Amino acid sequence: MCGIVGLFIKNPALQPELGRLTSLMLKTMTERGPDSAGFAVYGSPASGQRKMTVRGITDENIGEFEAGFLKTAGGTADAAKHKDHVVLTYASELEPAIRAFVNSFGHGVHFAASGESIELYKGVGLPEDVVARFELEKMQGTHAIGHTRMATESAVTTAGAHPFSTGPDQCLVHNGSLSNHNTLRRRLINEGLTFETENDSEVAAGYLSWRLAQGDKLDQALESSIGELDGFYTFVVGTREGFAVLRDPVACKPAVMAETDDYVAFASEYRAFADLPGIENAKVFEPEPQRVYHWEHAA
Amino acid sequence: MSGTRNTQVFDLSTSNLRELNSRLQNEGPDAAWEIQNPVGRHALAVGLTQPISVTIDGHAGYYAAGMNQRANVVITGNAGQGVGENMMSGSVHVKGNASSSAGATAHGGLLVIDGDAGARCGISIKGADIVVRGSVGHMSAFMAQSGNLVVCGDAGDALGDSLYETRIFVRGNVKGLGADCEEKEMTPEDLAILTSLLSKAGVTDISPSEFRLFGSARKLYHFRVDNASAY
Repeated sequence: MCGIVGLFIKNPALQPELGRLTSLMLKTMTERGPDSAGFAVYGSPASGQRKMTVRGITDENIGEFEAGFLKTAGGTADAAKHKDHVVLTYASELEPAIRAFVNSFGHGVHFAASGESIELYKGVGLPEDVVARFELEKMQGTHAIGHTRMATESAVTTAGAHPFSTGPDQCLVHNGSLSNHNTLRRRLINEGLTFETENDSEVAAGYLSWRLAQGDKLDQALESSIGELDGFYTFVVGTREGFAVLRDPVACKPAVMAETDDYVAFASEYRAFADLPGIENAKVFEPEPQRVYHWEHAA
Repeated sequence: MSGTRNTQVFDLSTSNLRELNSRLQNEGPDAAWEIQNPVGRHALAVGLTQPISVTIDGHAGYYAAGMNQRANVVITGNAGQGVGENMMSGSVHVKGNASSSAGATAHGGLLVIDGDAGARCGISIKGADIVVRGSVGHMSAFMAQSGNLVVCGDAGDALGDSLYETRIFVRGNVKGLGADCEEKEMTPEDLAILTSLLSKAGVTDISPSEFRLFGSARKLYHFRVDNASAY
């Protein structure tokens, strides 16, 4: 199973509500995925700055980690702790140095995502506990995607929870299972990608990041994935500007979308839309198989 | 649906689904119910056995009105996958769109969908009649055994794959036919069935003459000894 949700705000007046609405959607999807949950929230980027979400932070390692980060990033940098995650903000040109610092830090600290606007949180437990832990209700932004997991392909761990981020401001959530992920992972490793887990969904995220790095637009990357990925999937893919949806040719994993003048929402089931404003008058439809749907904010 | 019966209202925002289904399943004939605030819940109004009328005012989740016998269920919004699955008799009317596997394995009764139906509409039906005003997705009427599927719009790929004796009437385009499904000549008997179904479904603005008929080529019914070497 698994539940996936996405919310893309069209009316800026609704941006302060992004976290609260996404949180309600995720909680409704608990029955589809009670073992872990995660979400990515895209906020307004600050000029010349980048953000990196890092997880595995504890009371024991936070002091040393912050000191090391500030030493690398200098005066204007900031580190905001959210339980076992921390969001680092720093000057864009320091990205490689910060990434090297995080990767070499050890002590159970892992890179989660980086980019101009993405923040990515995930953890083991009921979705309601995970969203409360990170105070998703209070988060604002332009769009968000989330996932509630019922593990099938690999272990129930924070690393195995979704979303997966394998490129700047990119992330992916997946409902389904891929059958050729080992072959494709080996190919992508040969192309220079690295993977954190044995998870099939991370391979799909990596494939799209690889295509995007080769110059594809998001819709082109998704189109080409139809021929490369074997298995069942409904994907929601987030980028800095928006999100996209793709279902496999058989379309056995559910998907429903709702659109109003104020937002576009995606969910595994209609139930997740029940608390969205104006849903009674939304255009509600089921995305067709093999067709890429995407919405973007003007960059 | 004559009459002056009092409609009983059940609000799912204040009462629970099990209680609703239990009450509907234990109703006497001719009762009328309106279900408010369904908000996409699964298994609404399932397993009904009496000729009662039920209106679900909003969107329904999976398997709405499943296993229906004799009841007439109306869903004013969209329905999730498996609406009217394994219906035996009665009717289910979806005023919005239906997701995949609408009417799956239904033995009898009438399923009407005013909007579009998703993939696998009428999969393995065993005698039910399904009328879709819009279009149906891929693999509709897969392994359908008897009964009728009427599609006023278009049909997706692999229509009627491995079909038995269900008739498939399509007014629009067919993206592709499945294995052993072929176009048939419409006999006066077929046309009479189609005319009657459109009328029962309240479709008055579309002429039966605009439809084509598809059915089984009957080449997969029996094992062909010529194919023995393939196994």
